[in-house]
Amino acid sequence: MYVAVKGGEQAIDNAHRLLAAKRRGDPALPDLDVAQIDGQLALAVARVMAEGSLYDRSLAALAIKQARGDLIEAIFLVRAFRTTLPRFGACEPVDTGAMAVERRVSATFKDLPGGQVLGPTFDYTHRLIDFALAAGFAPPPPAEAEPEADGAMPRVTDLLGEEDLIERETADDRPPADLTREPLSFPAERDIRLQNLARGDEGFLLGLGYSTQRGFGRTHPFVGEVRFGAVELDFVPEELGFPVPLGTIEVTECQMVNQFAGSAERPPQFTRGYGLVFGQSERKAMSMALVDRALRAREFGEDVVAPAQDEEFVLSHSDNVQATGFVEHLKLPHYVDFQAELELVRRLRAEHAAREADGRPHYEEAAE
Amino acid sequence: MTPVQDGYNFAYLDEQTKRMIRRAILKAIAIPGYQVPFASREMPMPYGWGTGGVQVTASILGPDDVLKVIDQGSDDTTNAVSIRKFFKKTAGVATTTHTAEATIVQTRHRIPEEPLGAGQVLVYQVPIPEPLRFLEPRETETRTLHALAEYGLMHVKLYEDIARHGHVATTYAYPVEVAGRYVMDPSPTPKFDNPKMHMSAALQLFGAGREQRIYAVPPYTPVKSLDFEDHPFRIQTFKDPCALCAAEGVYLDEVVLDDRGGRMMVCSDTDFCETRRAAGHRGAMLGTAPAEIAGEASHG
Repeated sequence: MYVAVKGGEQAIDNAHRLLAAKRRGDPALPDLDVAQIDGQLALAVARVMAEGSLYDRSLAALAIKQARGDLIEAIFLVRAFRTTLPRFGACEPVDTGAMAVERRVSATFKDLPGGQVLGPTFDYTHRLIDFALAAGFAPPPPAEAEPEADGAMPRVTDLLGEEDLIERETADDRPPADLTREPLSFPAERDIRLQNLARGDEGFLLGLGYSTQRGFGRTHPFVGEVRFGAVELDFVPEELGFPVPLGTIEVTECQMVNQFAGSAERPPQFTRGYGLVFGQSERKAMSMALVDRALRAREFGEDVVAPAQDEEFVLSHSDNVQATGFVEHLKLPHYVDFQAELELVRRLRAEHAAREADGRPHYEEAAE
Repeated sequence: MTPVQDGYNFAYLDEQTKRMIRRAILKAIAIPGYQVPFASREMPMPYGWGTGGVQVTASILGPDDVLKVIDQGSDDTTNAVSIRKFFKKTAGVATTTHTAEATIVQTRHRIPEEPLGAGQVLVYQVPIPEPLRFLEPRETETRTLHALAEYGLMHVKLYEDIARHGHVATTYAYPVEVAGRYVMDPSPTPKFDNPKMHMSAALQLFGAGREQRIYAVPPYTPVKSLDFEDHPFRIQTFKDPCALCAAEGVYLDEVVLDDRGGRMMVCSDTDFCETRRAAGHRGAMLGTAPAEIAGEASHG
C-alpha cells in the first residue's frame, strides 16, 4: 500500500534511504566525481544550466549526480536552489559579436568574414558506437593553429543589416520584463517569450520547431549562423556607475533568417528568429529560434493556425519543471475524488438498470 | 528571525517574496473569489504537489502558529507528511493532527469535518484554479468571461450533464459562486464539502503555484454551489456509517479488503474518526479491521 493510512512517515524515510543507496550504485566501484561529470558530461551540464536558468557548472554537475542522471530532476534541483538566491542586479547586454568563438557556422554564405569554424561538433561524425572508448583509450591531442591576425567575426545578421535586407532589431528603453518575478500574462511581449523559451524544455521546443518545418506554421528558415563560445559579462554597480567585468560564460547563439515580410510602405526584408542558451546546445538554440519566429506571427499579421504560433499554448507548456510536476502529481492519492466519481457512476448504473427493468425510455430527462 | 534550517530564511521563502505573496492574499481577500496573479516561486517540491498552498502557508506562518497538514482528509498520507516535515524543518513551528488545535490547516482535496472557527485559516492546494478552464482553454478568454461575469458556458455544461445523465456529473471541484459575483473552483474537494465553505468563520485561502494564482473566501462570505431551481445542488450521501467510529453524515473512503468484493467504508477525515473512537464511539468493524487502516486506536 503506497498510501498506507498509517505509518506514512516511516515509509517515506525508508524510501529515501533506499534511493540514496540506489543512487550510489555498486559500492565496490569508485564514486562519480562532480568534476568528472562537469568535464566529461559537459553537454548534460549545459542543458541543466540552461533549463535550470542558473549558470554554475559545478552546481549543475552535482545536481546531475544527485538526480542519478535524470536531467529534468537535476534541472528541478537547480531551479529550487536558484529561487533562494538574492538578486543584486542585471548585467549589461552581452555582445555576442565579440564572442571568443569556438564554433561558428553559417548556412547562408559559403564564406564570410571570420570564416566557418567547425569546432567541437558531432556533425559529420558517423554514429558508430566506439568500443575503444569502453577500453579507456586516450584520444589524440587536438590539432592546433596560430590565431588569425584579425580575429573579428561579425554576426551574419549584421552583414545583412548593412543593406537593410533583414529587419533591424531596435532596442527600446523599456526595462526587460522578468518572468521569474512577474506572473506570465497574455499577450506576452517578445522579451517574455524569449525568456520563457530560453528555459523551456529542449525536447518540447525541438518538436515545435520541427512542426514549423513540416508545415504547421511554416517560416522558411535559414540558419544565418550558429555560434558557440565565451562572452564576457559586465555589470554596472550603482555605487560605481561604470561597467565591471564579472567573468565569462559560454553560450550558443542562433540567428535564424526567415521569410521576408513587406508592404506597400515597407520594402521586403528578411525576418529574424533568435535563440540563445547557456553552454553548447545548438539543437536547443536552433529550436528556440524557430519557435521565436513562429510566435511573431501576430507582429507580422500572419494567421495563427499552428501550435508553434500560439503563444498561450507554447509558453504555458514549455517549462519542464512545471510539466513534470503536474503530470507526475497524478501519482499522488486521489481517492477522495475517485470515491465521488465511483458513487456517481454506481448511481447512474443503478438508474440505468432500473429503467431497463421498467422498459422506460432511457433519455427521458433529455426531452425536458 | 532565526533560520531553523541553515542557509534558508524562516519558512523557506525570503521576506521580499513573502511580502509579494501577502499583497496578493490581501487583494484576494478584498475581491472574494477573484483569481489574483502572483509571481509563484520554484519550491523544493514539484509543481502539482502543493507548491501554491506551501507558498501561501509560508507567507502567513508565524513562529507561534500551529500547523496541520492533510491530504485526502488524512494527516498520514505521504504528501501531507512531506509538507508537514518541510515546515517543521524550515520554520520549526508546532504541528498537530487535531483540527481544533491548529491555527493553519493546509489541505489537499478535503475540508475537515469539524467546523473551523474564527481565527483559523484553511489553505487549499489548487491544481487548476480556473473553473472555466475545461470549457475554454484560453486564459485571455476566461479572464474576460470573469470580468463580464459571463458564466453561461458553465450553466450550459451543467444543463447538458442533466440532459445526458439525469444528474450534474461533476462530483468534485464543483463550481461555486462567491459573494454573489465570481464563479470559483473550490479545488478538487468532493462536492460533499462545498456547504462547509458557506459563511465559514475561518479564512479560506487558495494557492495555485504552477498556475500562479491566489484567491480567497473571507470569513462569513456566502458561497453557493451552482444549480437550477428544478435540479437543486445535492451532496453525496452514504448508506452506512463509518465502519470504525459509526459517524454519519461525514465523507467516507472505500477501502478494498480482499479480492472477493470485501469493502469497508471509513471516515476520510482521520483525525475526526480517531477523536470519535477515543470518545467511545464504535463502528461495526472496529476490532476486526486491519491495523494499517484502523491505526492504534482500535487496539487501545
